[in-house]
Amino acid sequence: MIVGQRKPIQEIIGMLKGIKKILILGCSGCVSVCSAGGEKEVEILALILRIDRKKKGEPVETMEKTLARQCDTEYLEELKGEAGNYDAILSMACGVGVNYLADMYPTTLVFPALNTSFMGVSEEQGVWSERCAGCGDCVLDRTGGLCPIARCSKRLFNGPCGGSQNGKCEIDPNVACVWQLIYDRLKGLNQLEKLKEIFPIKDWSSSLHGGPRKIVREDLKL
Amino acid sequence: MKSGSNLEKVLTSGQFAVTGELGPPKNADAEVIRTKARLLKGCVDAVNITDCQTAIVRMSSIASSVILMEEGLEPVTQMTCRDRNRIAIQSDLLGASALGMKNLLCLTGDHHKFGNHPNAVGVFDMDSIQLLQMVKNMRDEKVFQCGEELKGTEPTFFLGAAANPFADPFEFRALRLAKKVVAGAQFVQTQLVYNLERFTAWMQAVRALGVHEQCYIMAGVTPPKSIGMAKYMKNNVPGLDVPDEVIVRLKGARDAKKDVQEEGINICVDIINRVKEIEGVAGVHIMAIEWESAVPEIAKRADLLPRPG
Ligand code: SF4
Ligand code: SF4
Repeated sequence: MIVGQRKPIQEIIGMLKGIKKILILGCSGCVSVCSAGGEKEVEILALILRIDRKKKGEPVETMEKTLARQCDTEYLEELKGEAGNYDAILSMACGVGVNYLADMYPTTLVFPALNTSFMGVSEEQGVWSERCAGCGDCVLDRTGGLCPIARCSKRLFNGPCGGSQNGKCEIDPNVACVWQLIYDRLKGLNQLEKLKEIFPIKDWSSSLHGGPRKIVREDLKL
Repeated sequence: MKSGSNLEKVLTSGQFAVTGELGPPKNADAEVIRTKARLLKGCVDAVNITDCQTAIVRMSSIASSVILMEEGLEPVTQMTCRDRNRIAIQSDLLGASALGMKNLLCLTGDHHKFGNHPNAVGVFDMDSIQLLQMVKNMRDEKVFQCGEELKGTEPTFFLGAAANPFADPFEFRALRLAKKVVAGAQFVQTQLVYNLERFTAWMQAVRALGVHEQCYIMAGVTPPKSIGMAKYMKNNVPGLDVPDEVIVRLKGARDAKKDVQEEGINICVDIINRVKEIEGVAGVHIMAIEWESAVPEIAKRADLLPRPG
């Protein structure tokens, strides 16, 4: 899922300066699962903002709403009749939702309440970590299912580098060296041969570096 | 021997080669390089010029290499993948070759997290092995990375790589060097050797693969300048293995009221003498960064002088 984290409250307060009527818009998708931008978080953020503004003598009117998803035309259309009623919408979705709101409501101010962090897993209660960087050309068949792009600090394709020690990455003793993990896994699978081949230089044009990406499936279009 | 490199000449002639290392200054003062170069002159066959080592902004390795050449020394120009993409690297290498640089050391580069610009984007368009492959293809196949023909004069570097026998997983370290050799490495300089036992075991694995016959292996050494430096290297530098014995020797010198720096030089000379005996070791790479003045003494006492050529 997409993992996000709420921005520091002072940053949010700062961006909303002067706004008198605001819709705080949650998302029931990924950011709700990672407890960053779902219904509960919307409620809490609204409360904090109202208290802060009341203390400052500049009260703010907050409306709260949480959509099934903010990354889908169908759900975002639900705001059609009301988007114009607010000075701004503070989206608690990931950056995708914020973007799509801005795309669909050109005359409404839109602010992000979250920092969209990464695509990752929920390891345990309260712990998330990155697994995929969405490079657009998956290489996991060659690396034992573990991603060298998202999980190696230097995005090496022919690791592990000379900084790998005791299974940890050179950048931080708390970060696992994914190339050690790849090595161990391929060894366990009797596939160490795979590591003898030189992994050729990557074509990054399918990743973010190639410009905004889009997929059109004619077979699914109505 | 397309490169015309002195280092290549020394290595192919079968003589025990010596390289030094010079870290360019964090300013635009050419004199810093000239002064360090004069200390190394006559003691080494070529001098590595680092490419913003530890991700700290310094004078560029290519510019510094030119200044070194003006002093009559041969550079081993270092190039990392951290700060440049394939377009910039190839462009810089055409320039480096045109300026007369003959040796190129291909590295992935230290992560910028510990440098002086930790907020920079890390480019890593490719890794060191892919870099070797790219430059080899420019030289031998006369093609750019994209496959387009390189018309006219190609860069003709003698290609080098780094290897760290002390990193993990140990069993993979010799294989990784073999990959670098297939990719194009003709010589390799190792991480600093202090743990001779592990280095010896690594060399054994390298020989078992026959890699010592396909590239020249130079053992990296440096004199520990102080007890503090030895401890720092032991505890804070990832991928460096400094056995307690080294620290014990330095402390012993201190306690006997002897010169600790002198003992550091002794340690370095001893290591050079030990690695010389190991089959497949073709030379030493003396990395006395910020202590270049120690190199002549080390070279003399390790019986590495005079240098050929
Ligand atoms: S290789 Fe690309 S698509 Fe596959 S997991 Fe890694 S970043 Fe994601
Ligand atoms: S230590 Fe491992 S994870 Fe870290 S940069 Fe090197 S290969 Fe990548």
